[in-house]
Amino acid sequence: MINEHLAAILADSFWKILLPGLTVTIPLTVIAFSLAMVIAVTAALIQFARVKILRHLCRFYIWVFRGTPLLVQLFVVFYGMPRIGIVIEPFPAAVIVFSINEGAYCAEIIRAALESVPPGQLEAGYCVGMSYLQTMRRIILPQAMRTAFPSLSNSLIAMVKDTSLAANITVVEMFRAAELINARVYEPLALYIEVGLIYLMFSTVLTKLQSMGEKRLNVYTNREE
Amino acid sequence: MVLEIRNIRKSFGALEVLKGVDLRVEQGDVAAILGPSGSGKTTLLRCINFLEAADSGTMTFDGETFSLDRMPRKDIARLRKRTAFVFQDYNLFRNKTALQNVSEGLVIARKMPRNQALDISRRALEKVGMAGREDHYPHQLSGGQQQRVAIARAIAAGPEIIFFDEPTSALDPELTGEVLAVMRQLAEEGMTMLVVTHEMSFARTVSNKVIFMENGVVVETSSSGAFFRDPQEERSRAFLRTVRAAEMG
Ligand SMILES: Nc1ncnc2c1ncn2[C@@H]1O[C@H](COP(=O)(O)OP(=O)(O)O)[C@@H](O)[C@H]1O
Ligand SMILES: [Mg+2]
Repeated sequence: MINEHLAAILADSFWKILLPGLTVTIPLTVIAFSLAMVIAVTAALIQFARVKILRHLCRFYIWVFRGTPLLVQLFVVFYGMPRIGIVIEPFPAAVIVFSINEGAYCAEIIRAALESVPPGQLEAGYCVGMSYLQTMRRIILPQAMRTAFPSLSNSLIAMVKDTSLAANITVVEMFRAAELINARVYEPLALYIEVGLIYLMFSTVLTKLQSMGEKRLNVYTNREE
Repeated sequence: MVLEIRNIRKSFGALEVLKGVDLRVEQGDVAAILGPSGSGKTTLLRCINFLEAADSGTMTFDGETFSLDRMPRKDIARLRKRTAFVFQDYNLFRNKTALQNVSEGLVIARKMPRNQALDISRRALEKVGMAGREDHYPHQLSGGQQQRVAIARAIAAGPEIIFFDEPTSALDPELTGEVLAVMRQLAEEGMTMLVVTHEMSFARTVSNKVIFMENGVVVETSSSGAFFRDPQEERSRAFLRTVRAAEMG
């Protein structure tokens, strides 16, 4: 089945797909996920500390971004916003949407993790003279992030795959690159499987990193707890 | 230093847990708070250290008087730095080693230079017999060891009084001795302590003062010798009878 012609196409396209993977998919994921973490930790802490008003704002934000499709959010920002004079380049538009969308999911993960830390930890912080903020920063948040780590890793892996949606707003990431090659050579089965395998490669590396990270974090948490 | 609590009241919803409690602890006292389960002992200690907000009452600490129902955050922070609390279930910081558990408050809350804090912390751990376990995380220690680290954490900053809430109740019987021994040693060194306990032998032999509580009121306050020899109140006698019956097995 696989003749020399097809093999040549696959070998040639492999680099043409991997390259935007390294220069677009990965940077998009890394930047958006980092921003998502900042948003998520902030939103989770605001809710955990029951900050007035802001807390309702957070609930609203999470409600909207978890309740609407990512694809719709991408379209609103990239194709819709120009109607009100806001024109954003494809890559930054993708960064914005992915970080805000992911931030909403991760905020919930981190909030749940914060709530799972026994209240005695905060009280012990108070009793050694630490303030609320000092105890949050040094004791509660680190424990919560450890609890949240596996779920956050899963979100990161899901996000790598979801970046393929950015193809819809003309970001030439891996999937779009595969589409463009396919438009020239028309080998959809081979090319889409190929791009799928490259995503699989990325996810596998991340899964490996996740289990290494979990091992390190286990230093201070036994699994029986 | 004298700690005096007057007429402290606390309700949880419709449940009145503290119904006007008075107590007085003087420098060097080891005061044992005794009483049946549910009588409000934990709530009392928690209100004294502001982990719960009392509904009313006053506290006089070292000459300064405070209204317990409206404590400015600044005063709470200031007072907490002069006291320490040992919890029933230890509450060691789970993400910190034994040494870090002790040094954390010194470095972060008291802004002590790290090296000095670590020196003090090592000495505190040594004192409770935990030298050599500095780098263990709480989950790598037995309950008795965790509680001794918690005591090291309590003494490290040189508090004027330490509150203990049933420090041995969560421990297997064979582990209570090592914790009580540390507390006995602190008492001998003159540390002022207010201890909620079910350990009658500790109350009898280590404490000099007994505060017997029931149903949210202090029924009797006596020297510990007098309390065990000749309790003044019928309810104290009844309590001691049940305790003794239980001790006989
Ligand atoms: N946070 C709380 N909310 C509601 N009820 C509480 C709370 N803490 C304690 N109580 C109730 O107050 C009473 C006294 O409790 P506690 O102070 O723990 O007693 P003790 O330490 O003497 O056993 C109990 O009936 C308990 O159920
Ligand atoms: Mg209690």
